[in-house]
Amino acid sequence: MSGETLYQIGTQQLPLMGKVNAIPQKAVEEYYTSGHRTCQGCESALIMRLMAKAAGPRTIILGSTGCMYVANTTYYSTPWVVPWMHTQLGSCGSAATGTAAALRALMRKGKMKQEPINVISFCGDGGGVDMGVAGISAALMHAEYNHLIICYDNESYANTDIQISGASPWGANTTFTPPGKKFRIMHTRWKKNIAALYAVGHTRCNYVATGDASFPADLIDKVRKGLATPGPAFIHTLDPCPKGWDYDPFYSHKLGELAVETGLFPLWEMTNGELTYTGISARLVYGNRKRRPVREYLEAQGRFHHFTEEDYAYFQGEVDKMWDNWSMPGVIPFKLGEDPAKKKK
Amino acid sequence: MATAAQQAGVGVQLLTGSEVMANVVRLADVDVITAYPIRPYDTVMQYVSRFISNGEFDADYIPAESEHGQFEIVKHACACGARVFTGSSGVGWLYAMEPLAVTAGLRLPMVALVGCRALDDPGAFGTEHNDAMLVRDLGWLITFPDAAQEVVELGLLAYRVAEDPKVFLPCAIAMDGAFLTHSQATVRLPSQEQVKKFLPPYNRGDMLLHPDNPITIAPQANEDWLMEVRRQSSEAAKRAYTVLKDAHKDFCRIFGESTNPFLDEYMTEDADVVLCGLGTLSLPVKVAIREMRKEGKKVGLVRLKWFRPFPTEELRASLSRFKAVGVVDRDYSFGSPFHGGILLNEVKAALYGLDKQPRVKGFVCGLGGREVLLENVKHMADEILAIAKSGKADTQVEWIGVRG
Repeated sequence: MSGETLYQIGTQQLPLMGKVNAIPQKAVEEYYTSGHRTCQGCESALIMRLMAKAAGPRTIILGSTGCMYVANTTYYSTPWVVPWMHTQLGSCGSAATGTAAALRALMRKGKMKQEPINVISFCGDGGGVDMGVAGISAALMHAEYNHLIICYDNESYANTDIQISGASPWGANTTFTPPGKKFRIMHTRWKKNIAALYAVGHTRCNYVATGDASFPADLIDKVRKGLATPGPAFIHTLDPCPKGWDYDPFYSHKLGELAVETGLFPLWEMTNGELTYTGISARLVYGNRKRRPVREYLEAQGRFHHFTEEDYAYFQGEVDKMWDNWSMPGVIPFKLGEDPAKKKK
Repeated sequence: MATAAQQAGVGVQLLTGSEVMANVVRLADVDVITAYPIRPYDTVMQYVSRFISNGEFDADYIPAESEHGQFEIVKHACACGARVFTGSSGVGWLYAMEPLAVTAGLRLPMVALVGCRALDDPGAFGTEHNDAMLVRDLGWLITFPDAAQEVVELGLLAYRVAEDPKVFLPCAIAMDGAFLTHSQATVRLPSQEQVKKFLPPYNRGDMLLHPDNPITIAPQANEDWLMEVRRQSSEAAKRAYTVLKDAHKDFCRIFGESTNPFLDEYMTEDADVVLCGLGTLSLPVKVAIREMRKEGKKVGLVRLKWFRPFPTEELRASLSRFKAVGVVDRDYSFGSPFHGGILLNEVKAALYGLDKQPRVKGFVCGLGGREVLLENVKHMADEILAIAKSGKADTQVEWIGVRG
């Protein structure tokens, strides 16, 4: 691999994948293996696998309460090859900070061997978009601590029976927002733009990205870049969930692709203040490819089966706004206004 | 002006309880500290942060975004082998209730200061013990110092006992807000060498979260294993008693202070009756006892230095010597047996089954930081003396110094 850029990931110098067929050559070892009890077609489990693969053996992983805790780590059958510790639903950020702080303090004081150790703390959308926002926000402001926070977003509290979260899409049928005779649409809020929220509000956080397990090379590279970037980093992944989204597990990969191809979930990364769209999203942004109608994505899922023509039109309209009106499609939802001095005239 | 740290080990100084705790943290060479403001515990962090900014000791010091974050950060640091310190008060302590519960469940030896404060609403800054008492069933060790000097002993013992691998349980140092956190008293701080001799480095052993020891901490145990895990915590809490007793012997050997690990007895040798309580209550009680002794009233004080581990045997041996005992609660337990406080019901439970039981009457006083006056103490002692004389049981719990 001469001439290739290597990234410092923990104690290792590791390459980026670039293309998916590089994975079998460049990232062979698995650190998230058998032993978990996740559902068939679970994309969040795939995120875990790719994340651990990308980080390598000198890693500590912390996991907030959620599917990837409850379904993953049963006593006596842990799938984690690397050290793993549970953290509370709302403390993904605090877990990252505390672990990184201990390593820094103990190494500085000579109480632990000096070496770079990766710290990854993950949470679901409940932990990353609702309850844990304050803790993650605080964690992303500590430029002195190296860690990566990953929010695996399956768009509901899937472990507790598919209840609405701040990341559930508008109109979705969840057990807390069932369509009924009086209200067809019980969930009337738009999904939070969470990665951008963390990127925009935390100017000392030098790496924020979105990812999707349907694009595994892109995801591995983002995890490696996040870990190699000094200071805290954040990655938001969109994970199709057969149980919560109500579709045949066979279509998980396809739905992950559709989320990107319809423009609903753009793939991007912000590195040291510069935003880059990646993969298909870059082609959509720069006009080399057209967005697919969002209806293709919505119709494939049972959670939107109560939608009427009016609902599809509204949803498509909102996605169009993300692309046509926002200063950065799907990321920055506003533009620079006119100079007020000029307005007066 | 010389700082407290510079003066350490050079005789007696005038320090608040919080300042002494900050010095204990410095002397214990704590690695990770988190702070979040709430009165009255937060003064300790003002002293700690000054130590850090002046380079008087080396730690990662993190002002957190909430008490939840504050306690979660040190919980995780503790799992990675760092000695930690944090603290809170009142409803802030309750905001951290989730980490407080899991820290004990994870058997992590976090040491935290509770600056005891009433639980709002209605708003009140003053002392009540209900905040600290809320962790009494979870595996937390809880100690109630009564004076700034005792913070040295109980603060150092907190680290020593909590971090003992036979125990591995968190410890709360419950300091009466204002009366101890903010009140100065003369204190003799130990030297760094003495503390080094007393307090071994924190060693998490094979439970350390580190790539060299790739374990999974806190997986789903459910009904398959949770009962065994709880039983282990119960055994650890039992062992804490013996570990504390041994550690206290070491403390006396190295620092040459303190007499009894669990109980502070005052004028009990010939006492007919005693008052029994926690924390700074001892100050007005001791003064009142001295005055009552002049009137020939044989009153004494038995103060519990530790609420967890609860000194059951010591208390049974001690209190069975007296005709009657007045238990003074600076807390409440609404709807509990006889509508008494938490301490009353625990003391009664501890005494149950003794062949020779004293009569026990409960008092609730000093809530929300209301001062316990000498006349209040004398009134309580007179009530107990009357019970001792008549020999009749009085289960009525009396509220002291309350209007209406």
